[in-house]
Amino acid sequence: MAPLHALHALGQPVAAHRPWPRSRIGAEVWGRIGSELAAGRLDLIGLWGEPAAVHVAVMDHGEPPGIGVFSLDCPDGAFPSIGRVHPPAIRLERTAQDLFGLRAAGLPDQRAWLDHGAWGVAAPLAEPARAASAAAEYAFLPVEGEDLHEIPVGPVHAGIIEPGHFRFTADGETVVRLEERLGYTHKGQESLLQGASIGHAARLAGRVSGDSTVAYADAFARAVEAALQVDVPARALALRALMGELERIANHLGDFGAICNDAAFALMLAHCAILRELVLRAAGGCFGHRLMMDRIVPGGVTADLGADGEARLRALLTEIRLRLPPLVALYGNTASLQNRTIATGAISPDMVRQFAAGGFVGRASGRAFDARKALAYPPYDRLDFDVPALREGDVNARVLIRLAEIGQSLRLIDQLLGTLPAGPILVELPGADSAIHEGMAITEAFRGDVLAWLRIGTDGRIARCHLRDASWFQWPLLEVAVYGNIVADFPLCNKSFNCSYSGHDL
Amino acid sequence: MRKTLLQGLLNRPLTEPPPLLDDAELAVLATQLDAAARRRLGRGLSIREVDAGSCNGCELEINALNNAFYDLERYGLRFVASPRHADVLLVTGPVAKNMREALRRTWLATPDPKWVVAAGDCAVDGGLFADSYACLGPVSQVIPVDLRIPGCPPSPVQLLCGLLKLLIPAP
Repeated sequence: MAPLHALHALGQPVAAHRPWPRSRIGAEVWGRIGSELAAGRLDLIGLWGEPAAVHVAVMDHGEPPGIGVFSLDCPDGAFPSIGRVHPPAIRLERTAQDLFGLRAAGLPDQRAWLDHGAWGVAAPLAEPARAASAAAEYAFLPVEGEDLHEIPVGPVHAGIIEPGHFRFTADGETVVRLEERLGYTHKGQESLLQGASIGHAARLAGRVSGDSTVAYADAFARAVEAALQVDVPARALALRALMGELERIANHLGDFGAICNDAAFALMLAHCAILRELVLRAAGGCFGHRLMMDRIVPGGVTADLGADGEARLRALLTEIRLRLPPLVALYGNTASLQNRTIATGAISPDMVRQFAAGGFVGRASGRAFDARKALAYPPYDRLDFDVPALREGDVNARVLIRLAEIGQSLRLIDQLLGTLPAGPILVELPGADSAIHEGMAITEAFRGDVLAWLRIGTDGRIARCHLRDASWFQWPLLEVAVYGNIVADFPLCNKSFNCSYSGHDL
Repeated sequence: MRKTLLQGLLNRPLTEPPPLLDDAELAVLATQLDAAARRRLGRGLSIREVDAGSCNGCELEINALNNAFYDLERYGLRFVASPRHADVLLVTGPVAKNMREALRRTWLATPDPKWVVAAGDCAVDGGLFADSYACLGPVSQVIPVDLRIPGCPPSPVQLLCGLLKLLIPAP
């Protein structure tokens, strides 16, 4: 029997959880899940808290992959740590400790993660929240050895980017350790979502990570629709995918230019920034917002695409197909640029598999998971596209994956425009029915899979909502990727990952 | 590469004419700015961007100011890497409490005369995050703000209009 089914058989199913099953389990089964994760038979795709429970979402390796959520009640506030045996869970468990005041028993790293001691309250999502204790100095991991020196960087960085702290230990020019400290952009997303109306919560979800606003709004909307069993009109699904692919192209173009710029090849940034601007202008012209914020809502979409919009998108495709190939050729022909990207910041396929890293980080190191393909959520189930994958895992591979994905997104937009269904774009959600509904969805943002999990209370408002960015399983790998590289290559490695700070910090 | 460069020389620039400014806002702004300081600085301002907890949407649009269409540097405005080189702090986000100290220190590290621009709804009034236990709300809660550019996020044209107001000579 597949491990997932066997595990569910040991628990009690929760009836109102859709579309994948959720089971209440005991501490022993919780421990077995940890072993299955550690053995690589399951992938960790989420772990989050509640005031007196903890949930873990896992995925097996079936086709299509099976997904399940397992919940452990912790009336005394403690649960056995999964991070103890499966390191990808460590930061998620530290977060559950910070936000809900839960205790992960046996967790090897007991330092606070998102809580920097500045909130004026401790465990803000516990019931009741606790009084803040005095802020302690953050203890970075000790590094010992002769001739080593530390370089602290951030939280305010030199570019127009998000804040975070990087503590490098270098031996001469070579990085022997990078330790990240994140949480600077923590905005209390989960507490704001709690008790919010579905409409307001959708706006919050669209601002978890602005560069992925479409993917987040889509994930949130689908989770609501799964919970309330709402069928979304076919035209709305197609428009969502159209927006999602435009977002993906815009971000990949921006990243391609910015990565080359971090290798001092500014010409590429100049050209890519023009193409990116053309995409955003087309998005703004077609959907009324350059980043397409708040265009996807539970029940459908709020902006329709007119005939002139379709023509504009077709013209955009032509323009990109004309102007991008010479830039791709230029990238391939410029030895000084390739010298910087090839073999730099490499991660092994084993590492990526262990962390179940998604997006171009995973696909550049042999993990070909793409939620659009693997989970085939509509309309991707009827569309023809490939999921490019490489095994080298270096900066160059992450660049090449992005470029290949732009090509696939152009193909997808072609198909979507050619088969755009007619009809309504929005259906009304059913009103509160004094029952509890739980829903979950996974969508593919440009940087990887976004997981949305939520519970709608008897009053029809959001009772709990957890949104998990792909960055959670990519940030730790960046620490590994820079190991043994020179300090000057860190910006290049970092940009090739382009993890979200806001998406991670919540 | 040669072909790409040649095309860059032969094609018309993509850069667009400056946006029109709103006069009422201008008048208010002119009173806020110290004419003497402006004379000292000439028509050039160095900007240090500080993300104080934004969702990164504002950063995307601020970055766009550097593209060929908006070409911020033609106005004498440029982004610099250190607050010590800056005349203007361009701050985004609802000031996450975890960023309060970093924002304050960045402001202290910026030499006088200096101006602070709050960009985006979050920086202007806290936006959707105003009531969070983790946010302080408007940037003005932490450092004095001279100019506000609302929007979620403000478009590059809105940002440009706002920043250009810093350069208009006082009447």
